[in-house]
Amino acid sequence: MKLITAIIKPHQLESVRDALERFGISGMTVSEASGYGRQRGHSEVYRGAEYTVDFIPKIRLEVLVDEPDAANVINLIVQQARTGRIGDGKVWAVPVDEVVRVRTGDRGPEAL
Amino acid sequence: MLDMEIDTGDTAWVLVSAALVLLMTPGLALFYGGMVRSKSVLNMMLMSFASLGVIGVLWVLFGYSMTFGSSVGNARIVGNPLEYLGLEGLMSPDAVAGTVPALAFVSFQAVFAIIAVALISGAIADRAKFGTWIVFTVVWATLVYFPVAHWVFAFDATDDAGAVTTYGGWIANSVQALDFAGGTAIHINAGAAALALALVVGKRIGFAKEPMRPHNLPLVMLGAGLLWFGWFGFNAGSALGANTLASVAFVNTIVATSAAILGWLLLERLRDGHPTSLGAASGVVAGLVAITPAANSVSPVGALVIGLVAGVACAAAVGLKYRFGYDDSLDVVGVHLVGGLVGTLLIGFLAHPQSPAEVAGLFYGGGFDQLGRQAIGAFAVLVYSFVVTLLIALLLKAVMGWRVPAEAESDGIDGDQHAESGYDLHPLRGGSGMIATATAAGSTRATSAEAAPTKSEELA
Repeated sequence: MKLITAIIKPHQLESVRDALERFGISGMTVSEASGYGRQRGHSEVYRGAEYTVDFIPKIRLEVLVDEPDAANVINLIVQQARTGRIGDGKVWAVPVDEVVRVRTGDRGPEAL
Repeated sequence: MLDMEIDTGDTAWVLVSAALVLLMTPGLALFYGGMVRSKSVLNMMLMSFASLGVIGVLWVLFGYSMTFGSSVGNARIVGNPLEYLGLEGLMSPDAVAGTVPALAFVSFQAVFAIIAVALISGAIADRAKFGTWIVFTVVWATLVYFPVAHWVFAFDATDDAGAVTTYGGWIANSVQALDFAGGTAIHINAGAAALALALVVGKRIGFAKEPMRPHNLPLVMLGAGLLWFGWFGFNAGSALGANTLASVAFVNTIVATSAAILGWLLLERLRDGHPTSLGAASGVVAGLVAITPAANSVSPVGALVIGLVAGVACAAAVGLKYRFGYDDSLDVVGVHLVGGLVGTLLIGFLAHPQSPAEVAGLFYGGGFDQLGRQAIGAFAVLVYSFVVTLLIALLLKAVMGWRVPAEAESDGIDGDQHAESGYDLHPLRGGSGMIATATAAGSTRATSAEAAPTKSEELA
């Protein structure tokens, strides 16, 4: 099993979620995140005082998948999250030792 | 108190105006609250509510008497605090102020005193001990607001022969500066006090280094809207009657404020590149402040000019704190002191002979006479308020201290001073807090938690 984590632009979440659902992924976790990469921040002005806002709002999407699906899921996320402009985000995957469904106690791929 | 007939229409308008002006202080709390960081929103709003508490009580006990009692020794400095102590004698149907019951006038002026004090709190956001602020409101109202309001708002009462029977304050009667609703007594006064207080209390940790962004601009705009709404009571209500004077003040309160929005946004667009919502909300307040002294003495076109000048001047003035290095956190100086000066001094130029005040300013052939009176009134209040506030603030610094501990300031003053959070945006934190409280209270919930297996038992 793999844990795929994607940092994406907030507005791309809906199309990513749609694509994963159509692919057959039945669950995911999203959280609001802040960060910067090559995009860097932007500046805001309040009563003439300029502030540089370094950390930009992003969405962190986490999805657990069975090993054979991992490459496809990563590709789907990349396709749907891409706008072609700077700040589109990153996707990475790490191996997962154990997954348990809390309600039933199912373990491994059964629990996905 | 002149012996006049009570007019029911006038009384209704003054009572409604008092309620409108009262709403300004919660409006100010929203305006200020939205501008601070989320970790100190409650303290910011509470400083305004503290003024609602403290000054409402002081006003009834001796504040009204110090302001509108007859001048002690006929010296025109301060009203006799004993004359209407506890509003003694004012319940009588014979107690009349103009054409309204004395207590309607008392109520209307009470809410003025409340907001004058609350305005100052914007200078010391995020960092001041709440207890010291409470004591400050008591001392400042007593030594600064009540006397200054006496100077500006207490007019002489005369008998039929024109002889003075009750002496009022020196700015209103000797200097005869025009201040319809409190450009000097409230805005220059609070602005100068804010400067003194900001200097004594000192800068916030990280001032001009870390971002201190407003945490909720819609709250700021809601507050500005409520201030404008309430300000119709402030200005048009100051006519103390439902009449032409009130209507002139009303329309001037619309047009000056509208023009100030445009002035502020225009300056921002030219200087910073974007017109901002904070700028529009600030423009509202700048325009309202500036038209306050002038609402009865200029034409609607004059009011438009005052608003436009105030919008531009205040938008330029809010940057001064970074240049001079004082942390007037929410720009009480830049908006209220500067706006108050703009309005008070421009009367000298723009006073219209056909206005209810019937005074001609420089532009209407009146010469420099009125401008001189306006300048004396404005600077007398500015200097007195600044000096006395400085002394009060230094004394309180020595006796009680102004600052919360640095760690409390960094974590957020709300938790340290009030043990509350403005927003429950992190349910996990709220949850563990409840359990800790239950444990402290020795509830059954804590007992059952003790009976549950511990981590080590479970592992064994």
